[in-house]
Amino acid sequence: MKRTAQRLPHARVDPGKTLRFRFDGRTYEGVAGDSLASALLANGVGVVGRSFKLHRPRGVFGCGKEEANALVQLESGGYSEPNARATLVPLYEGLEARGQNAWPNVRSDVFGALGVFKRLLPASFYYKTFMWPNWQRWEGLVRRLAGLGIAPTSADPQKYLKQNVHADVVVVGAGRSGLEAALATSRDPACRVLLIDEQEEPGGGLLASPAAADRSWLEEALREVAARDNITLLCRTTVNGYYDNNVLAALERLSNHHGPAAGGAVRERFWRIFAGRVVLATGAIERPLVFPNNDRPGIMLASAVREYCHRYGLTLGERIVFYTNNDSAWRTALELVDAGVPVVAIIDLRPAVESELRQRAREAGIALHLGTVVTDTRGRSGLRRLVLHRLAGPGDALEAPAGTLDCDVLAMSGGWTPTVHLYSQSGGLLAYRDSDACFVPERAHQAVTAVGRANGEFAAPLNLQPQWLTPGVSAEHQWVDFQYDVTASDIQLAARENFVSVEHVKRYTTNGMSVDQGKTSNVNGLGILALATGRPIPEVGTTRFRPPYHPTSLGAYAGIELGALYTPFQQLPAHAAHVAAGALFEDYGAWQRPACYPRPGEEEEAAMAREARAVRSAVGLLDYSPLGKLEVRGPDAREFLNRMYLNNIRTLEVGAARYGLMLNEAGIVIDDGVVVCLARDHFLLHTTSGGATTIHQHLEEWLQCEWTDLEVIVGNATTQWATLMLSGPKARAVLAQLDGDIDVSREAFGHMQYREGRLLGQPCRILRASFTGEVSFEISVPANCGLSLWEALMQAGEPHGIVPFGIETLMLLRTEKGYPHVGADTDGNTMPQDLGWGGAVANKPDDFVGRRSLSQPVGSDPGRFQFTGLELLEADARTVSGAHILTADGESTAGYVTSAFHSPNLNRTVALGIVADARDRQGEEVTVFYAGQRQRARLIKPGVYDPAGEALNG
Amino acid sequence: MEKYSGFNLLKHALTGHRRWPRSWRSPEPKPRYDVVIIGGGGHGLATAYYLAKEQGITNVAVLEKGWLGGGNTGRNTAVSRSNYFYPESTRFFEHSLKRFETMGRDLNYNIMFSQVGLLNLAFSRHELEIFRRWATAIQVQGVDCQVMSRDEIAAAVPLLNMSPHARYRVYGGFMQRRGGISRHDAVAWAYARAADNLGVDIIQNCEVTGLEVGDGRIRGVKTSRGAIRTDKVGMAVAGHSTAVAAMAGIKLPIVSQCLQAMVSEPVKPCFDHVVMSPMVHCYVSQSDRGELVIGGGADTHPSYGQRGNLPTTEAVLNAVVEMYPTFSRLKLMRQWGGIVDIAPDSSPIVSKTPVTGFYISTGWGTGGYKAIPAGGETLAHTIAHDRPHPLVEPFSLDRFAQGRLVDEGAAAGVAH
Ligand SMILES: Cc1cc2nc3c(=O)[nH]c(=O)nc-3n(C[C@H](O)[C@H](O)[C@H](O)COP(=O)(O)OP(=O)(O)OC[C@H]3O[C@@H](n4cnc5c(N)ncnc54)[C@H](O)[C@@H]3O)c2cc1C
Repeated sequence: MKRTAQRLPHARVDPGKTLRFRFDGRTYEGVAGDSLASALLANGVGVVGRSFKLHRPRGVFGCGKEEANALVQLESGGYSEPNARATLVPLYEGLEARGQNAWPNVRSDVFGALGVFKRLLPASFYYKTFMWPNWQRWEGLVRRLAGLGIAPTSADPQKYLKQNVHADVVVVGAGRSGLEAALATSRDPACRVLLIDEQEEPGGGLLASPAAADRSWLEEALREVAARDNITLLCRTTVNGYYDNNVLAALERLSNHHGPAAGGAVRERFWRIFAGRVVLATGAIERPLVFPNNDRPGIMLASAVREYCHRYGLTLGERIVFYTNNDSAWRTALELVDAGVPVVAIIDLRPAVESELRQRAREAGIALHLGTVVTDTRGRSGLRRLVLHRLAGPGDALEAPAGTLDCDVLAMSGGWTPTVHLYSQSGGLLAYRDSDACFVPERAHQAVTAVGRANGEFAAPLNLQPQWLTPGVSAEHQWVDFQYDVTASDIQLAARENFVSVEHVKRYTTNGMSVDQGKTSNVNGLGILALATGRPIPEVGTTRFRPPYHPTSLGAYAGIELGALYTPFQQLPAHAAHVAAGALFEDYGAWQRPACYPRPGEEEEAAMAREARAVRSAVGLLDYSPLGKLEVRGPDAREFLNRMYLNNIRTLEVGAARYGLMLNEAGIVIDDGVVVCLARDHFLLHTTSGGATTIHQHLEEWLQCEWTDLEVIVGNATTQWATLMLSGPKARAVLAQLDGDIDVSREAFGHMQYREGRLLGQPCRILRASFTGEVSFEISVPANCGLSLWEALMQAGEPHGIVPFGIETLMLLRTEKGYPHVGADTDGNTMPQDLGWGGAVANKPDDFVGRRSLSQPVGSDPGRFQFTGLELLEADARTVSGAHILTADGESTAGYVTSAFHSPNLNRTVALGIVADARDRQGEEVTVFYAGQRQRARLIKPGVYDPAGEALNG
Repeated sequence: MEKYSGFNLLKHALTGHRRWPRSWRSPEPKPRYDVVIIGGGGHGLATAYYLAKEQGITNVAVLEKGWLGGGNTGRNTAVSRSNYFYPESTRFFEHSLKRFETMGRDLNYNIMFSQVGLLNLAFSRHELEIFRRWATAIQVQGVDCQVMSRDEIAAAVPLLNMSPHARYRVYGGFMQRRGGISRHDAVAWAYARAADNLGVDIIQNCEVTGLEVGDGRIRGVKTSRGAIRTDKVGMAVAGHSTAVAAMAGIKLPIVSQCLQAMVSEPVKPCFDHVVMSPMVHCYVSQSDRGELVIGGGADTHPSYGQRGNLPTTEAVLNAVVEMYPTFSRLKLMRQWGGIVDIAPDSSPIVSKTPVTGFYISTGWGTGGYKAIPAGGETLAHTIAHDRPHPLVEPFSLDRFAQGRLVDEGAAAGVAH
């Protein structure tokens, strides 16, 4: 590769503005407008990477996203990006990059020696060996050799945004066809057009055109685009995915062109595009030719040589040779000569080429080798010489050696592949077009059309003669997938072993599975497979393209929804008071709730013990706001709830509350709670805290899908009310001090009763239910009054020794009392009879959800896990929720400990569990097993604290 | 069948690998088989192999509508483990895991099973309690399971987000060291090659379009390549189970949903285990090629579209970046989807059916790759003896009528 001292005129770079950058430890200079690839080429850097498997030296070969060789590790630290395509990295001052997959560097990689063993490493060789003694012995070695760049180890300092956009027409690609489409569709001022292009600036292929006419057309078109209010132009934006319902995903690179100098700025924006109609003007990608040692640095796509010349002003070589099977490369060669680039020869495997082209080439002083193929390439770190043979006939054997040809750059063109990835992703069908040897859009599945080269409309006929690999010479060194080192012989081997479906070949050889996703290798691979299996290409078929079209940062998919924003969390209405009180917050579903309120230096268990003692002896206050509050209303509300709950709701009177169990269709207990009758046709359901949303959905499912005749509406009012639980023997006294109109005296307000009224001048709802075993008032006020109610109660309670208590303390208290907590003390098999509700089922006259399942044989199977209390036999013994109860033989599981705490009120462990046949085995001893330890325990009635329930009526 | 070995690889290298034989034949369908297996995925191929190998039934055809291994078997994230919750499940999957451990040698095909260890993470107090119960279940069943503290996890997965700014705090977890990943294609190909070698006809591009049932018995199958007579049909078609079973007039309690998987661009080794978590829902491992292999939850609606949609991709990758912030600048290389067959209890169905001679293997859902050896073996046994293999007795179709669910979904949350 030649160093370019001076850029050609008309290039789209600014030679006056030099930029310094480093590659593999050396400092170079480029100019504004360069890509990293063009800057490296300008400096004559030939080897920029190493291949994946054999560590072959590789140079820049393309100029855009099709690049398979020039993958670099860009920057370091938090800004580090592995596998950056040098062709897509706009050069900026101070850029730092390193070659990948090599040691010590890509110029002299010791692993390059692997190439010697190529014979031993054909496609999928690993499936045939490394079996003794087992794969793992070998794996470490193989793993280290694989992989490309290095994953960053420090956090990404930059951010990613997401944005939704709706457009009537989305045009993908702002080359000539895309611009034309955008201008045509935007003539209707009501039509919102979104024009998107992945390059640094709009223009597509026109950017690489030297023709004055093209340049002025582009300028004019861009002026027009800017003038139209209804066109939005997004550059540096790659449309990556095409999903159902015309949803597209695109990635906009906002600050990559500044590199780390952008600091913590937003790096990329992820667009979710909702399109009315999509126009794909995504162009086409040139295909390499397949011939021996076609992967040597200096061998490039003709289109890339052209682009480096016209767009970046680089001559690239002193002796440039073209090798092609179609007319487009001829035109490129002629253009280059016009620009002063030394094109010395054109090798064309076609025996005959249009006379006008030949004529012009001769006039340009280009030597012509028709009917000739390249059968080998020579050179150490770069290309020096080509070995040529004459072809006997099209695709046929070799006839005679045709000498050698010295050159330093080979520009090759094996034809063009329309960029149909998005079309294929959208569900559209492709058809193979023989004349141009490419797949073109055939039938759309969504509202999408392809135009221009993406649709196989080439400006001038290609007159292409396909040659999928070079005949008459070994296929072993004819590269197809440059990145993953797949050669034509690998594909032949696959076919020989009867891997004849394209998908099999792709997986067997890894052709097209590398980072470029087969942009330049897929069609060649197909062609070779077709030859190897004697089938025409359309019969071989093509693989489906999958998103993303071009690899996309994971961070962009995540957007800003990280850390605190990862999933929304809910704070309690009195959150500020809990913070002030030193709460230990934890996640309970979406809610952040105080587990307990440890004082400085106090252990969690000690805090819970202190709070629990206070509730039992005086009074405690718990922010119970997450308690589910579903309002069910309508003429059929009562009937509906009677069908949803195991318990009889028919007889529930206004102002009364009833405990209820809810089952799913399989008879499994999914929720318990308290149903309050507010009016004859209006109910309030208190579900478990975690269950409000799912139970709401469960109710809606039955209403909307099964019982559409019922007139009922369900509303989730959980977050509209703050609910505080005031609990303990002094609770009544505390509440009575507050200014309100509800008589809370023992006589007027009994257990499981409900009252509405006013408290502190606010509407309030009070339920007397108890999950602690003490007299409890569950007081609900509008959510925004929660904090003031909390403060008022704490103040009123102060003389009575009130303490705030957390959810874990509540769990401790209800475990002392033996109250089951659905979800904790039940599992996916628990039926009501396992909780002791078999009688209620038998007594309920009406049908309810799950009832049928209860009568199945499984409901009376022996060995069902049933809810029970557990008493550890050794003094001071502890256990945890999650321990198992073992069968008598100690071999298998016969239940679990589901709740376990140290009870400060009883000064021993209290535990609940579900154990096989526990209801008939009360008093029996069992073995508890956890972390390798066994303990003895007895099955007892749940509820060891105040078993008579006297506190409740106190 | 020519043996695969380092020596033979060397030998063939001398002739430029031009003499390797076919891995399997491409036979024309015969008019009659003793057993027809529908579906050339891992389960179908393994069933055919074990029919021939262990049951002595070699007049067997596997009918595959596309290319063998092209269904979920070629689309999954290749995780194997046996740390299930219920003993019925653990027994079955432990048997399968053992088969994975020796599969390379048994089938003479390196399936590259690498037992990198599978770590489950808990992100809340309640989850940790469930995890304790789950881990103890595994230990009681005699399967390896190591409970790990937050600190141990931090050391094992250095890239995991342990910062105080993480949305959820890691509370702990447990690891099954013998769990790991392998090459899914290799598993399908290994069974195909071995089955073909025993005389099984693997017929690709042959779609079953109808089942002939007479007097409550299977008589034959109709295919895109003609009718085939047989007395016994085994069905292993994953996401298409309800459609194929309907051809025999059987309605299955199966929902088909798209499950996505994705890989990043390859990077040098940086991630040593398979790490999954039910709460921040994603799981990640690194393949031998260096790609990070990523999975998560299924798309939220029933579908036969083998694509997967954007919201789920975003949700899964969001979880990945939240858990591993340094992966932010890695790039997603490829995303795809497969149609998984989910039973109400998230457990498989390997079973006889009301139609005599029609046997089904379905309900593998998001986690049937690891089950391929045991699934094939037990379905083969069930077909050969017209009686369920003891390992799959709990997984019969009539368990739904009886309510005897094996509710792994409810027990453990995730099932990959
Ligand atoms: C994204 C993803 C990730 C997964 N990750 C894991 C994982 O990590 N671990 C794990 O254990 N499991 C995983 N699974 C699940 C696992 O892949 C499947 O359970 C398993 O592969 C099922 O194998 P199978 O042979 O039953 O089905 P498949 O491999 O799907 O085979 C069924 C075959 O039947 C064919 N077929 C369908 N209809 C017909 C017909 N009418 N006629 C003829 N042929 C027909 C299909 O073409 C297909 O080839 C994952 C699945 C997906 C989609």
